[in-house]
Amino acid sequence: MSHAERLEGSSEADRNSSMMGSGGETQQKNLEGYVGFANLPNQVYRKSVKRGFEFTLMVVGESGLGKSTLINSLFLTDLYSPEYPGPSHRIKKTVKVEQSKVLVKEGGVQLLLTIVDTPGFGDAVDNSDCWQPVIDHIDNKFEDYLNSESRVNRRLMPDNRVHCCLYFIAPSGHGLKPLDIEFMKRLHEKVNIIPLIAKADTMTPEEGQQFKKQIMREIQEHKIRIYEFPETDDEEEIKLVKKIKERLPLAVVGSNTIIEVNGKRVRGRQYPWGVAEVENGEHCDFTILRNMLIRTHMQDLKDVTNNVHYENYRSRKLAAVTYNGVDNNRNKGQLTKNQTDDGMSPLAQMEEERREHVSKMKKMEMEMEQVFEMKVKEKIQKLKDSEAELQRRHEQMKRNLEAQHRELEEKRRQHEDEKAQWEAQQRQLEQQKLEASRTLEKNKKKKIF
Amino acid sequence: MASTEIARQAGEGARAVPLAGHVGFDSMPDQLVNKSVNHGFCFNILCVGETGLGKSTLMDTLFNTKFEGEPTQHNQPGVQLKSNTYELQESNVRLKLTVVNTVGFGDQINKEDSYKSIVEFIDAQFEAYLQEELKIKRTLHSYHDTRIHACLYFIAPTGHSLKSLDLVTMKKLDSKVNIIPIIAKSDAISKSELTKFKIKITSELVSNGVQIYQFPTDDETVAEINSTMNGHLPFAVVGSTEEVKIGNKMVKARQYPWGTVQVENENHCDFVKLREMLIRVNMEDLREQTHTSHYELYRRCKLEEMGFKDTDPDCKPFSLQETYEAKRNEFMGELQKKEEEMRQMFVQRVKEKEGELKEAEKELHEKFDRLKKLHQDEKKKLEDKRKSLDDELNMFKQKKTAAELLLNQAQQAGGSTTLKRDKERKNFF
Repeated sequence: MSHAERLEGSSEADRNSSMMGSGGETQQKNLEGYVGFANLPNQVYRKSVKRGFEFTLMVVGESGLGKSTLINSLFLTDLYSPEYPGPSHRIKKTVKVEQSKVLVKEGGVQLLLTIVDTPGFGDAVDNSDCWQPVIDHIDNKFEDYLNSESRVNRRLMPDNRVHCCLYFIAPSGHGLKPLDIEFMKRLHEKVNIIPLIAKADTMTPEEGQQFKKQIMREIQEHKIRIYEFPETDDEEEIKLVKKIKERLPLAVVGSNTIIEVNGKRVRGRQYPWGVAEVENGEHCDFTILRNMLIRTHMQDLKDVTNNVHYENYRSRKLAAVTYNGVDNNRNKGQLTKNQTDDGMSPLAQMEEERREHVSKMKKMEMEMEQVFEMKVKEKIQKLKDSEAELQRRHEQMKRNLEAQHRELEEKRRQHEDEKAQWEAQQRQLEQQKLEASRTLEKNKKKKIF
Repeated sequence: MASTEIARQAGEGARAVPLAGHVGFDSMPDQLVNKSVNHGFCFNILCVGETGLGKSTLMDTLFNTKFEGEPTQHNQPGVQLKSNTYELQESNVRLKLTVVNTVGFGDQINKEDSYKSIVEFIDAQFEAYLQEELKIKRTLHSYHDTRIHACLYFIAPTGHSLKSLDLVTMKKLDSKVNIIPIIAKSDAISKSELTKFKIKITSELVSNGVQIYQFPTDDETVAEINSTMNGHLPFAVVGSTEEVKIGNKMVKARQYPWGTVQVENENHCDFVKLREMLIRVNMEDLREQTHTSHYELYRRCKLEEMGFKDTDPDCKPFSLQETYEAKRNEFMGELQKKEEEMRQMFVQRVKEKEGELKEAEKELHEKFDRLKKLHQDEKKKLEDKRKSLDDELNMFKQKKTAAELLLNQAQQAGGSTTLKRDKERKNFF
């Protein structure tokens, strides 16, 4: 599996390099003569030597498995000596994590080597969470690097991240212990794990083979991802890597003492029945470990730490910070479901959110405006209606009154007419009466005669 | 042996221990180099100079290949930057070379803004890298770095001094990119004039405070050659892709009636020096300078602009988380404030409008009250009229009734009178 694939959630698009400006596609060109950039590797070489190198190696395992001895054997030095005792000789109550830094020089190359110990690991009766200090240490180093990388003023950043973890498995011959499995499961996403079988000189080659097969089986079963070698096109390298892979996990023997065997001075362990030589490929895999760890893959271990483990830590950390704002603790370390735009920096995200907010506000403003207008219109309409209504009623009443007026007028006229008529009639009657009485008078007078 | 940067950094924290044998980490530089070679290298050159100074030809000559492009015209409206990327390979080293050309530089009548598009372009590349670096999920390892590593500034071979356009442009660019000034088409200048020209240029650059790229002299392997070369700046170059037979070799040269200028002849021009310095010796340093100094400066300014700080008021360093959280809180606060403001504005408007409408309502009510009163008055008048009419009617009725009564009486009397008369008449008969 390639390193790129190990990056959490990386997509095809991310892995492709971006193109520049108006150039379009890259074109292949053939050189017609000497240019000189073939010297670039030398320039890089020169600069790297000038800068110097650094490497942090972590050793984890129960006490008594020979961790300090192995470190001394690997680096051919008394890293752990009576003045600077190794983890087993230090008093420990709980699992601690301790660092020792040494500066070593060889062939003009300077290396700042940091060895991280875990004294007390797996030594208690109850070993639950004994891996937590280890995880915390690794995360702290990642955090330090992240903080120094994120500063405004950056200097040359020291790389104190743990590049490799040698995990020592006790040579029981049976299989992995539950503690081994737990530890590796929790740390395989944070650091390059190289499992080693410690004190391999207690097993015969056949026992060793069985044990190794068993361990690798269990590792696969539990889906533990130990350090994988980089893919390469180089024939030599492929052969080399294949050889290493066949012997995983490496069974090692360490020694601080030099013994003479057949006239040669070698590091080894003297037994009544013979000498187990540390650097003898038939006795143990020490040489393979040393060559792989130091001579061929040291740079790759650093690169995988930087490009995969650190990037995973960083993206998890930043996702937790930006997406949850206040609720950091709830989703610490977990990617939330609504992380759709994971290709953005937190700042770009904030920009995006700002833009969204602006458009949301615009919409809200428009809506409010609409509602406002509508309500105002309603109110005005209502007022108009009531005005019209009242106007109408007023008109009606006016008309009503006028009608009444006219009626009254009519009545009066009628009455007047009637009155006039009646008065005329009365007058006539009066006239008649008068005439009648006059006639009567006349008659009366006549009669008398 | 000189101590390394790492050693200096470790300081007191680390103790030096002797090795009892060959451990093997002296292969580290080789491991690093192998990885870089496998990954491939990338280099970006920007050529700034007036049209016709031979920029494209020089690129072709430097990299011994024919790059794209036709000679540009002089009638460009503004300065544009055209970039082309090429994949080159020399022995086992792959190089992704990007050549950026300024098209139309120096052709306008008003050249005040000529430098702007160049600065914008350089900044845009920095910005792209910064954005990538700030992403949550980033792939810096496979990112195609487009930042300009070297800027070749082509100076016209007038023989007198730098043009003001040159000074202005270089001053604007010197903090953003490694500037390597070169005298173009230097076969137009004689050797004595050239020395004077170079001195003049260098002094003008110094007096104007222009920082050009100095070849590094801290690495003892190359210190000597670099410091010698620093004294030959600016390089006087001639470019040519045509070959002429000199002796029994074909060399790159320009043929004149009075002689042939050989490009790779160190007596004729500084082309070889340029190639040595730019490509063979300091290419990696140019890249490093761009990344650690020019890019960092850009990044620092950009972050400070956005309000990021390294320490809080108490001078305790911020952790990244705190910084982002603070930024985010500020940001959210801002958004909320905006929302509040908008709401308030609306509340205000609603209040105002309500007031207006209430006023209108009040007026309307008053109007109706008035009308109502009018009605009342009218009604009253009507009532009065009606009453008076009724009174009249009653009076009339009474009169009428009285009159009729009288009439009836009279009639009765009259009737009886008539009756009497009739009776009397009858009696007569």
